[in-house]
Amino acid sequence: MTTDSTLIKVIGLEKHFADGKVKALDGISTSIQKGEVVVIIGPSGSGKSTFLRCLNLLEVPTGGSILFENDDLTDKKVDINRHRQKMGMVFQHFNLFPHMTILRNMTIGPIKLQGKTQEEAEKLAMTLLERVGLDHRAEAYPSQLSGGQKQRVAIVRALCMKPEVMLFDEPTSALDPEMVGEVLDVMKTLARESMTMVVVTHEMGFAREVASRVIFVDGGKVVEEGTPEEIFSNPKSERLKSFLAKVL
Amino acid sequence: MDNFKLRFYNNFIADDRWRYITEGLWVTIRVTFFAALIGIAIGFLVAIIRSTYDKTGRLKLPDFICKVYLTIIRGTPVVVQLLIIYFVVFASFNIDKVFAAIVAFGLNSGAYVAEIVRSGIMSIDDGQFEAGRSIGFNYVQTMVYIIIPQAFKNILPALANEFIVLLKETSVSGFIALNDLTKGGDVIRGRTFDSFMVLITVALIYLIIVMGMTAGVTRLERRLRNSDH
Repeated sequence: MTTDSTLIKVIGLEKHFADGKVKALDGISTSIQKGEVVVIIGPSGSGKSTFLRCLNLLEVPTGGSILFENDDLTDKKVDINRHRQKMGMVFQHFNLFPHMTILRNMTIGPIKLQGKTQEEAEKLAMTLLERVGLDHRAEAYPSQLSGGQKQRVAIVRALCMKPEVMLFDEPTSALDPEMVGEVLDVMKTLARESMTMVVVTHEMGFAREVASRVIFVDGGKVVEEGTPEEIFSNPKSERLKSFLAKVL
Repeated sequence: MDNFKLRFYNNFIADDRWRYITEGLWVTIRVTFFAALIGIAIGFLVAIIRSTYDKTGRLKLPDFICKVYLTIIRGTPVVVQLLIIYFVVFASFNIDKVFAAIVAFGLNSGAYVAEIVRSGIMSIDDGQFEAGRSIGFNYVQTMVYIIIPQAFKNILPALANEFIVLLKETSVSGFIALNDLTKGGDVIRGRTFDSFMVLITVALIYLIIVMGMTAGVTRLERRLRNSDH
């Protein structure tokens, strides 16, 4: 059972490739509370992105379970599409739909999946666009935007579905350095508004400043977990110490 | 010049011979149009089945059936397929030749359309697929709203080319004694023995239709390109 404030509970999550020879995830257990900002760090190939992508089953786990609002997402009978509507996802490469305007990118989900009228959906989309300073680009196509703008649109596109949790998969890794700030600012605002967030990132500054909890993953396992203070100022494991020495 | 007028009169005016051309053209247009519709329907269906199998491993049996279909259609000449459809498959039915031709060319075209559409679907970045699914769209919705429209834009030139080929391929309809444009011209040639004027006329008619189709596609492409400035 999960307590009332637990949004996602992950139990012994495993993702094996090639008949178990490669263990991308090797038994990860954790839980994510409502309003929490969980930042996942770790070296590349550690399984942190795989973990995030398993949370909404873009990657199908080979073992363990994921309880989201008390439904086990790994159960084949669960309607994953319905749950995904409540789990917004932001990708490293934005993945905006290039054949649609920004506004259409944002409204197609609410209109087709939540039965919103075009008017309602556009009103919400415009409010969100205004908040990230892009309302004047509503009729533009994704190819006309900069990387930072694209990622801000991707974030508000996910927000249009009114999700319970936002999953960020290295949201700033594909950006030019001068555009990282604008995207992180949007994420910080979200965190301040108590949006539940799970963020895979290399931005240690962001983790330190915004995270309520940091999880250090290596070799498909949780090596260390704690407040930013504990992780960054007082790392216990050798693996984390050497990782931080390299990235900080 | 008088000679030209006389030849023109002989080939097209006398005995209302122009009707072989107009009626033949009408048959050609009908066969091409409906065969193209069948080709599109089969093509998209087969392409979606095949790419679903490629992406997810599901639909194994339908995928196998599609592969057999593609192999047979692409491995045999269209004239032979046309003859088999008319003289073997529909042998015991008294069916319209136009209908037989539509079925034969539709089945044939479907195989080529399928591979074009499949290449279009596979050319779309997986991220698009994931973005659609992560919003909550199911597989089919993601295909319809996100993947197919983008794929369609990429494959439009190849698809248009396929229908131009189809139009020209219907000129073998004479093999089942269907009076299409080519056969109509050939009938006149048999009466007047004026190969040059009749065959050039027939060729020009095909050429004009193809040029019209090409112009239409160019305009469509320009409109679809709006989204990548």
